[in-house]
Amino acid sequence: MSDERATDRSEPIRVIIAKPGLDGHDRGAKVLARGLRDEGFEVIYTGLRQTPEMIADAAEQEDVDIVGLSILSGAHMALLPRTVALLRERGMDDVLVAAGGIIPDADIVKLKEAGIAEIFGPGTSIGQIARYFRENARRRS
Amino acid sequence: MTSGGDPLLEQLASGERLPLARLLTRIENGDPSVRPLLPSLFAAGRGGHVVGITGPPGSGKSTLVNGLIGEWRRRGRRVGILAVDPSSPYTRGAILGDRIRMMEHAADRDVFMRSMASRGELGGIAATTWITAAALDAAGYDPILVETVGAGQSEVEVARLAETTVVVEAPEMGDEVQAIKAGLLEVADIIAVNKGDRPGADRAARQLRAMLSTAGGRVERKPPPVLVTTATDGDGVAALADAIDAHRSAARTPAAARERAISQVRRALADLVAERAAGSTGWNEVARAVAARELDPLTAAERLMGE
Repeated sequence: MSDERATDRSEPIRVIIAKPGLDGHDRGAKVLARGLRDEGFEVIYTGLRQTPEMIADAAEQEDVDIVGLSILSGAHMALLPRTVALLRERGMDDVLVAAGGIIPDADIVKLKEAGIAEIFGPGTSIGQIARYFRENARRRS
Repeated sequence: MTSGGDPLLEQLASGERLPLARLLTRIENGDPSVRPLLPSLFAAGRGGHVVGITGPPGSGKSTLVNGLIGEWRRRGRRVGILAVDPSSPYTRGAILGDRIRMMEHAADRDVFMRSMASRGELGGIAATTWITAAALDAAGYDPILVETVGAGQSEVEVARLAETTVVVEAPEMGDEVQAIKAGLLEVADIIAVNKGDRPGADRAARQLRAMLSTAGGRVERKPPPVLVTTATDGDGVAALADAIDAHRSAARTPAAARERAISQVRRALADLVAERAAGSTGWNEVARAVAARELDPLTAAERLMGE
């Protein structure tokens, strides 16, 4: 295989978009999944009403670079740190975890301390999220 | 079940999931570190039953696969799934949505499900699917279900990879002539008419049986069984699992296995040879000569192959 081919190979970044908990609104998650597809990501979509365990198990089997959690229900303080903890427990230390949805500013600091790398509120553009993901996703050796 | 002392193969054999997941990524990405592993990976294969699940978009492939996973888990089998969805030809991005129907099995340690993007392949599976299936085999999954992208009439690649190919149709997909066209139905070892609760399902199954009994593309074959399933409530799923298992037993005569292995490997070898050729020193020179009409493509190919 020539060097030229090896260097121009940029493998798609794999992202899982998941909806933890009980809220039934996934329009935002679907818009984001579609937008990231158009930005060249491989997006695994899990559907609604996932437990942190289901999300961590799926992320493990899919070997994703990024876990994106969409949550509107208000249960973020219970569900998001738990998801991060499970991912780390399973050895996914270098997987970026980000969240989006309706999350009060006061909680954002605590969530970041719990390992959520970034939180995207209403009004964030897909371009911003894609750029953040590209800049912060792990580099595969 | 020898792992030859290779630490990765030992991890696969012991059912660890993250090392398997990361190996699949390296395979998909064509990572050069996979190359030296291939001989021991194939040698560690345990003969898991590779089952292709194909059919048009929306016919219920993923839901049916979900039902089959549940059925085989009840029978104590460890089930591996490779589910392929299309990559965008423009951005290379993809939405991999097959998992939505299978999340109930996400936490089951004896189910390993991986979504794959087709990454530009047009045959309904990815170019690397045959290697990823070998990795699941080495990890002891049996059966290994390969769900293709929603297939039209000619995405028949999966039939080369799989020992048993199930074509999933839905009622009202067309008249009898559709059933005798060449292509997808011709590669079916089993046909499942899904959405059996819809009007017309039994009629569609009858028509398919009637048409397929008149002529088999591969003449020596019996017409494939046609089953009616309703994946959403599990109707007919156990019978489908039985039919798949029965096909395996029937297909595993030594001669049939050898013939199938050769036809599977032929395509894989062609890909590898093409890749090597594209990286060879004479490649650019020969391509330039063909573009300048100094050489015809056939002569060029013969030259590259050293003929």
